[in-house]
Amino acid sequence: MSILFVLIPLSLALVVFAGWGFFWAVNTGQFDDLESPGWDALRDDAPPAEKPNLDG
Amino acid sequence: MNICFHCGEPLRGSTLIARVEQRDEPVCCSGCQAVAELIAGTGLGDFYRYRDGSSVRPSEGTQTDKWRVYADPQFAAQFTQTAPGQTSVTLLIEGLRCSACSWLIDQVLRRHAGIHDVSVNAATGRASVIWDSTKLNLADVMRTIAQLGYVPHPVTDETVTRALRQERRDNLKRLAVAGFGMMQVMMFAVAVYSAQLANEVMEPSLLNYFRFVSLLVATPVMFYAGAPILLSAWNSLRSRSIGMDVPVSIALVLAYGASVWNTFNGAVGEVYFDSVTMFIFFLTLGRFVQMSVRQHTAGVTDALARQLPSIAHRIDADRIEDVPVTSLRVGDLIQVRRGEVLPADGQLLDTEAHIDEAMLTGESLPVRHQVGQRVVAGTINVDGPISIRITALGGDTALSHIVALMQRAQTYKPALARNADAAAGKFLGYVLIGAGLTCAAWLAINPAQAFAATLAVLVVACPCAFAIAMPAALAAATASLGRHGILLTDPDALESLAKVDHIVFDKTGTLTRGELHVSKCLSMGGLNDSRCLQIAALLERASEHPLARAFVPYLDQGTVDDLRTVAGRGVEGRIDGRLYRIGTPAFVAELRQEQQQSSSPAELIGSVIALGDEKRALAWFELTDSLRPAAASAVNQLRSLNIEPQILSGDAHGAVQAVAQQCGIAESFARRTAKEKLAHVLNLQKNGKRVAVIGDGVNDAPVLGAANVSIAMGRGAALAHASAGLVLVSDNLAALPEAVLLARRTLRIAKQNLLWAAIYNLGSIPLAALGFIPPWLAALGMSLSSVAVVLNSTRLLPRATRKTTPPAMTSAHLRETTA
Repeated sequence: MSILFVLIPLSLALVVFAGWGFFWAVNTGQFDDLESPGWDALRDDAPPAEKPNLDG
Repeated sequence: MNICFHCGEPLRGSTLIARVEQRDEPVCCSGCQAVAELIAGTGLGDFYRYRDGSSVRPSEGTQTDKWRVYADPQFAAQFTQTAPGQTSVTLLIEGLRCSACSWLIDQVLRRHAGIHDVSVNAATGRASVIWDSTKLNLADVMRTIAQLGYVPHPVTDETVTRALRQERRDNLKRLAVAGFGMMQVMMFAVAVYSAQLANEVMEPSLLNYFRFVSLLVATPVMFYAGAPILLSAWNSLRSRSIGMDVPVSIALVLAYGASVWNTFNGAVGEVYFDSVTMFIFFLTLGRFVQMSVRQHTAGVTDALARQLPSIAHRIDADRIEDVPVTSLRVGDLIQVRRGEVLPADGQLLDTEAHIDEAMLTGESLPVRHQVGQRVVAGTINVDGPISIRITALGGDTALSHIVALMQRAQTYKPALARNADAAAGKFLGYVLIGAGLTCAAWLAINPAQAFAATLAVLVVACPCAFAIAMPAALAAATASLGRHGILLTDPDALESLAKVDHIVFDKTGTLTRGELHVSKCLSMGGLNDSRCLQIAALLERASEHPLARAFVPYLDQGTVDDLRTVAGRGVEGRIDGRLYRIGTPAFVAELRQEQQQSSSPAELIGSVIALGDEKRALAWFELTDSLRPAAASAVNQLRSLNIEPQILSGDAHGAVQAVAQQCGIAESFARRTAKEKLAHVLNLQKNGKRVAVIGDGVNDAPVLGAANVSIAMGRGAALAHASAGLVLVSDNLAALPEAVLLARRTLRIAKQNLLWAAIYNLGSIPLAALGFIPPWLAALGMSLSSVAVVLNSTRLLPRATRKTTPPAMTSAHLRETTA
């Protein structure tokens, strides 16, 4: 069971790293707007042949 | 298709075409044409595929030099932050409706040389732009955005937005810490418990090791993630009241303290780190859900700033200068051009004027003011340029007065939240007494059990499921409402909406579209109706009067000579050699030298306009506002839900009566001022009615604030949004009955949640007091009851039909089905 004395601190180190990563993401505004960035992916799409007319 | 491709407004006889992606699309005005072609020309035609609903109509003849004043570095400095070589600004963007809009602004700005960074947030309607100050200035940035049909406003006070953003970020971080910590501690706890269950004895050194590690992980959870809970308990203790957080904090401090003590004192007592972290995680989760629901209101706080212009045209001795409104003084002379908002209260100096005071009085037609009369800030000058002498500025203006009225009205709000708090306080008082009694009893019987049992009572009695019952149901309902095109801005509103039994409609812009059209034409002088309408349209073509727009659909070929506009009265012109007049009956009668003006036919209601020539009266036109398509059916459905509709309007009797008849509303009240509307609603409430008010103007803001639940139209004034609990974003009245049904369902589910939480709490407290529940089981039970509540609430989520209808289609789709 002595392996636990190595593995548990290792897992804690990973948790701290993950926590730090999350804090960094939050502080740099990655979670401020969860909607608009989703549209960026559509930027370079080729236009589809049949265009839905939204205002019909 | 008879609506504009860009802005979605009726074409009004326009034959303009915009070429977008190899297709000709009809547009309503040259402004929309320019914007549509600009968007297509820069290869951004995708915008039209991804947007929700229609875009903002660019104001026609946009004053090209409007933005020039922002080029002055000194004036711009109050809005911008400067670093060497670059400048940044935050702009509030009017008309930013969806993510596609933010994408468009982002794309177009980025194509400018000199722009370093752009970020546009669709949720708050704000754009931050950083640019190279040697290549561009603020005016260029704002002009670029304005060219797309949006109206940029520099944000002067960002403190509120910044605070909201900080709150969200803090809560996210706390949630993450609590979540990570809980998972880690639980991992160790499960190892220990499984050893116990298997009746095996763990090596004391390993057990101790687990305890120290758990302590290490639980400490940041307790003091970072749990800080708001502990602080709020401390605050409520200092103010000598028992909040929800008090017993929770006592349990947390006891459990944590005892665990730390036992950790350092060897393997004698239990440790409760698992209970502590799980507890804090679920409490933090509940708070996060609550905060998300509440923060939907962000972005409307700058509403008032948006109402008043930031630039005025000051008349100096020899010239007219554009100056910031902040530099104006009482007594200054300013010029207000056609279509501009008055920046201050003042006295009319040079000519009589027509002022649109809809936002103050609800009157849909512009009001004529004589020279010397008082005009107020926030109203719109409809006619040609006027000069005014400033009598009041800023906080002294009538507009500020309305805002103050609104704030006062908001204190009339039924204190549902306060009642719930009071009830919880009582319950929590009993919990504390119960825990004390348990402790005393066990100390007498078996002191070894006393601590565990007391802790179990405190944890098990945590009204966590109670606390999460409403927010969870609300969060699910908010998502569901969003798909119906309704924005929930005040969580209390849903509860009130479910219980509403009266609904009061404002007329203009709510039941009606807020646009006039010719509803009746009575020709009398031998000419047929269509010829009369043609003549009227030709005469009114040049007029900017709002009534004139009603005739645009009838416009045909023809020329008018000797055209003369008499402000506030009508238009005169010669067509095919004959002189005609259109306008007020008196004005038209003058042309044929009749002092005796014939009164308008009795069957005409609404606004009446006459047409005549030199010899006789030719026709009467009745102009009315058209009803929103779903109005009548929505009213019917509301009535079948046992909600009594009423109309309360600032408009004239005839017009209100007509709308009431068309929708089938029995009770209607016309010519009410903002104060009278407020009194009417308060009176209904005094008689025990629960009143929903739906309106769209700033004048509606006080009455919206006083209502049990207030609903604003999406295209209405920003200030009305600020005081409304619900916003009908799609302007679709059909969503209203849906919202009521959903609200009732939400309340039912919330009640089930509360009932379940009550059964759980009341059933488990005696068991815990008798010592049958160890603290870890209490914490697990508490968490499971919360999970049950959350799962029950997911039943309110919209059914999954999303694969066939992409989200972007929804609002446009709603519009389509009602148009």
